[in-house]
Amino acid sequence: MSTTSASGAAATAAAGFDSVPVRRSPLARFTKRAARHPGFMAGAFILAVILVMSIGAPLFTTHDPYAQDISKRLIPPIWHAKGTWEHWLGTDKLGRDYFARLLYGGRISLMIGAATVLLSGAIGTALGVAAGFFGGRVDMVIGYIINVRLALPVVLVALAVAALVGTSLNTVIVVLGLLLWDRFAVVARSTTQQIAHADFVAAARAIGCSTRLIVFSEVLPNIINPLIVVATLEMAHAILLEAALSFLGLGVQPPLPSWGLMISEGKQYMFFSPWVITIPGVALVALVLGINLLGDGLRDVTAPDNRS
Amino acid sequence: MLAFLLRRLAVALSVVLTVSVIAFLLLHLSGDLATDLAGPEASPEQVAQVRAEYGLDQPLAVQYGHWLAGAVRFDFGQSFYFRESVASLVGDRIPITLKLGAIALGLALLFAIPLGALAAVKRGSWFDRATLAFCALGQAVPTFWLGLTLIIIFSVNLRWLPVSGNATWSHYVLPSVALGWYAIPAVMRLTRNGMLDVMASDYIRTARAKGLRPKTVIFKHALRNAVVPVVALAAVQFGFMLGGSIVVEAVFSMQGLGQLAWEAIGRKDFPVVQAIVMLLATIYILLTFLADILNAWLDPRIRVA
Repeated sequence: MSTTSASGAAATAAAGFDSVPVRRSPLARFTKRAARHPGFMAGAFILAVILVMSIGAPLFTTHDPYAQDISKRLIPPIWHAKGTWEHWLGTDKLGRDYFARLLYGGRISLMIGAATVLLSGAIGTALGVAAGFFGGRVDMVIGYIINVRLALPVVLVALAVAALVGTSLNTVIVVLGLLLWDRFAVVARSTTQQIAHADFVAAARAIGCSTRLIVFSEVLPNIINPLIVVATLEMAHAILLEAALSFLGLGVQPPLPSWGLMISEGKQYMFFSPWVITIPGVALVALVLGINLLGDGLRDVTAPDNRS
Repeated sequence: MLAFLLRRLAVALSVVLTVSVIAFLLLHLSGDLATDLAGPEASPEQVAQVRAEYGLDQPLAVQYGHWLAGAVRFDFGQSFYFRESVASLVGDRIPITLKLGAIALGLALLFAIPLGALAAVKRGSWFDRATLAFCALGQAVPTFWLGLTLIIIFSVNLRWLPVSGNATWSHYVLPSVALGWYAIPAVMRLTRNGMLDVMASDYIRTARAKGLRPKTVIFKHALRNAVVPVVALAAVQFGFMLGGSIVVEAVFSMQGLGQLAWEAIGRKDFPVVQAIVMLLATIYILLTFLADILNAWLDPRIRVA
């Protein structure tokens, strides 16, 4: 085929749509829009810093987060008059380096957030897509299940189950994963409802695609953007809940350096050494703020209505 | 309207029933309660005796039937630990939690609605941006940490307010702020978005065109309509607050429902935990039911759907 006829065909095809031809790829468009969104950039920056610091923790500190030294208990951080550069964020009640614990604790928060969202996202998306795609009685039943889930008090049920099956990192992930799927289901349901009646779904059905193929190759790719936004916000939610459970003693167990647990362990010393709760608290706020900003930014950046 | 009401009521009741099954099964399917209750040194005979005493030797369905039959009469059995009826334990503690939740919700609404409305009126200004930034930051603060930080600032350093307990009204100030905090961003955003929608509507343009004062337009015409969805959100948030009070009560050592739940969980006192889960779920369902009715009453379009 000669080049002239190919470009001629392209020209005819382009003339079929009365819009300007797309100059940028979706990815390029995304990065351009993201770069102009201050919230998105701030969130991405905070999250990137925390990710690098926690994953590369051994590169940033030579201290072992579990090494106790009773002779160096509750050393204040460097901005305090008695601070030392050796432990620049101070030490805890057992003389463990606070900076090292903070870095390794970040790993726990990030892991719990990610693992919980994978589990809850899978449950919620499956339920929501089924409800939105099949409608009718399936929709009614799933709507009912969502209502039941929303009525259960999350913190109370999570605490009770953790106390029953035994507290551990895995328990926290599974319990939170089984509880936090509601928003995924609600969003997946409403977005699938909009897609289910689109022409391309009818076309896929007409050429004989199986339901499974339609769901995986037509529906899911079209609802993934709002689900990613939900995933970021739920990740922040899961991290806050893990901290609360650990604070109440039924989440991550000592000697693991969970930020919630660090605050719980520091509670009895906070009157004379307030930094033992300030430091992990500020870390939690920064992480959750970063994730929320990124999520809100993603919603704006991927929203189809301002695609102009 | 009546058909709508009955349908919603039927759904609400069946959700309550399903929650009761879950609450019951969750706590009975895991481990052997009788062994836990009898203690580690108990002989097999003693364990069997405990099992019979609490009816734990009967089939689960029978146990559930007994429990449910009692629950509808507000009889939730005896507490394993406190040696007192669960109903009276819960009854003693619930006023504290309701009071805490009500003050927290009041504070949150009082703070969030005016600021949200003002942000919408001054859309795009530095004030609007500051409000949104505050929302993002507010949502990132863990409740328990906020509580501890408030104690350090206002009780330890400034000595304005007591550290813990629930004896006087001043004991409720810091816990209410800590509990209400998390609801502020949601209410603020909803008010702001509602105001933006309403302000763009035709009747506001008409009101302005008639020459009404901007203040009248904003408060009498716009805010009243923009606040309608906030009512439903407030009901839901109140339910969340009662559930979330477990954390705040632990921080401030208030002897409310949350503290009771925490103690009961630590001691594997299942009748108490079950009753509190049931109670909180029922209150939440009741609140959303009332919010539904209220919304349907305010907006007739909802009744048909």
